[in-house]
Amino acid sequence: MEYFNTLLNEIYKIMFLVIPILVSVAMIVWLDRRVWGLVQKRRGPNVVGPFGLLQTLADALKYIFKEIIIPASANKTIFILAPVITMTLALVAWAVIPLSETMVLSDINVGILYLFAVSSLGVYGIIMGGWASNSKYPFLGAIRSAAQMVSYEVSIGIIIINVLLCVGSLNLNDIVIAQKNLWYVVPLFPMFVVFFISALAETNRPPFDLPEAEAELVAGYQTEYSGMMYAMFWLGEYANILLMCAMGSILFLGGWLPPLDIYPFNIVPAPFWMIFKILFLFFLFAIIKAIVPRYRYDQLMRLGWKIFLPFSLIYVVLTASFLLYFDKLPKVSF
Amino acid sequence: MLAHAVFFYFFSILAIFSALMVITSRSTVNSVFFLILDFISVGCLFIMVGAEFLGMILLIVYVGAVAVLFLFVVMMLNVAQQKQSWFIGKKSTHIPSGLIVSVLIFLELLVVIGGWKYKENVMSSSNLVIDQTITNTHSIGSVMYTDYILYFQLSGIILLLSMVGAIILTYRKRENVKSQSYLKQISRERSSSVVLKEVDFNKGVKIDD
Repeated sequence: MEYFNTLLNEIYKIMFLVIPILVSVAMIVWLDRRVWGLVQKRRGPNVVGPFGLLQTLADALKYIFKEIIIPASANKTIFILAPVITMTLALVAWAVIPLSETMVLSDINVGILYLFAVSSLGVYGIIMGGWASNSKYPFLGAIRSAAQMVSYEVSIGIIIINVLLCVGSLNLNDIVIAQKNLWYVVPLFPMFVVFFISALAETNRPPFDLPEAEAELVAGYQTEYSGMMYAMFWLGEYANILLMCAMGSILFLGGWLPPLDIYPFNIVPAPFWMIFKILFLFFLFAIIKAIVPRYRYDQLMRLGWKIFLPFSLIYVVLTASFLLYFDKLPKVSF
Repeated sequence: MLAHAVFFYFFSILAIFSALMVITSRSTVNSVFFLILDFISVGCLFIMVGAEFLGMILLIVYVGAVAVLFLFVVMMLNVAQQKQSWFIGKKSTHIPSGLIVSVLIFLELLVVIGGWKYKENVMSSSNLVIDQTITNTHSIGSVMYTDYILYFQLSGIILLLSMVGAIILTYRKRENVKSQSYLKQISRERSSSVVLKEVDFNKGVKIDD
């Protein structure tokens, strides 16, 4: 019975996390389109609800009532599994994101590795969707995205190593607390820029949205999807973007810490700072979408392997030698 | 404890089932998907025994990178053609060689497990001290980078060598390929690329000479 109670308690906590995330994904889609519109001197969605806030809800309703079409030659099981996997992985990663020191679903020792593992699994949703559709455009999109995401994961991994060298722990709360005096965006600013660009590539956002390049691949791996299944891909994608923003704000912007530990800042509750930082990074994502043209595929690969990878490796060496020379390596108590 | 047992049996049954499906399923792509499921369930088992670092590394390296490359290769193959030549056509000739390899691996496993099961003080013969109070990420690091640093670096160099080898084997220098040179593009100036010409009436001008 006691076991049953803890189970119910956990389910309650998970619901309390997942439902706000789904709602905020809907809001963030609106923000994305709105910013995109304003940059291009359009109005963006402004009809449904106040300021058009309910536009995404209306879109979602439309998707729910649409018929799901499964191509006759598709591999049915994998075709249906693909959007489910995309969305599950995007939501499951939120379990370790700390919104404040205590407000975290599971405060595990290897939090950052877990985040990295889940974000590297995200490629499966796309590959499975592309392959199972049994059609040329989705397959090309899937192959492209697999190569793209695997390449940029490498540099994200090395950037994480940079931060971990300064922290000395894989726990996400420890990473945040280590930035109490100085956010890592200051000493590791070049790494923050590289992380941000890699996050764009990892989430298939413009200017790296080659997997779904409308002009050449129709919509890439999503071409054959319709109705609710397309909506799940879409939700998963935006949840992933939010996740990358959360990861960036934990690694570099001090997570739930206020910018300065003085009066007007430290009365604001910690979760608000975290949400504010996530929103700030997302705003950058949305602006980039509007102002940068799409990369060519060979340029994308060149940027990942020939520039970001060596640069972040050199920065690891620099960080390590700096910490060693000035005796600032984090002390681990055994 | 009950919950622990339930999860353990769930993941281990899943691991064994998907391992069986890897070798029995007809489609190679399905095999790779079951391999991924196997990796994930073994990773979960690692986490259940408290080796969370190993579990996560298994997920990142095998599922996140190696299996993606597997899928990449397998999806490129022509699956329909393969089915015919491997399963329907001639009597399979690959069974004896496969049998030899699997018997060898089985014997090795027997030796390893037997040694672990029937030698009483196998843990005390090792000079490693397992400290339960620190996280296993720290303990792996403190062993790997102190006592075994040479082996660790040696394995790193072997990996680097194999990578360089693979690149050299597949690298072909192709002639007459137009590729973009960023330096050239950026350092181009107006004086070297634009010429103003007086064109005679009704004669035109010859470019490219």
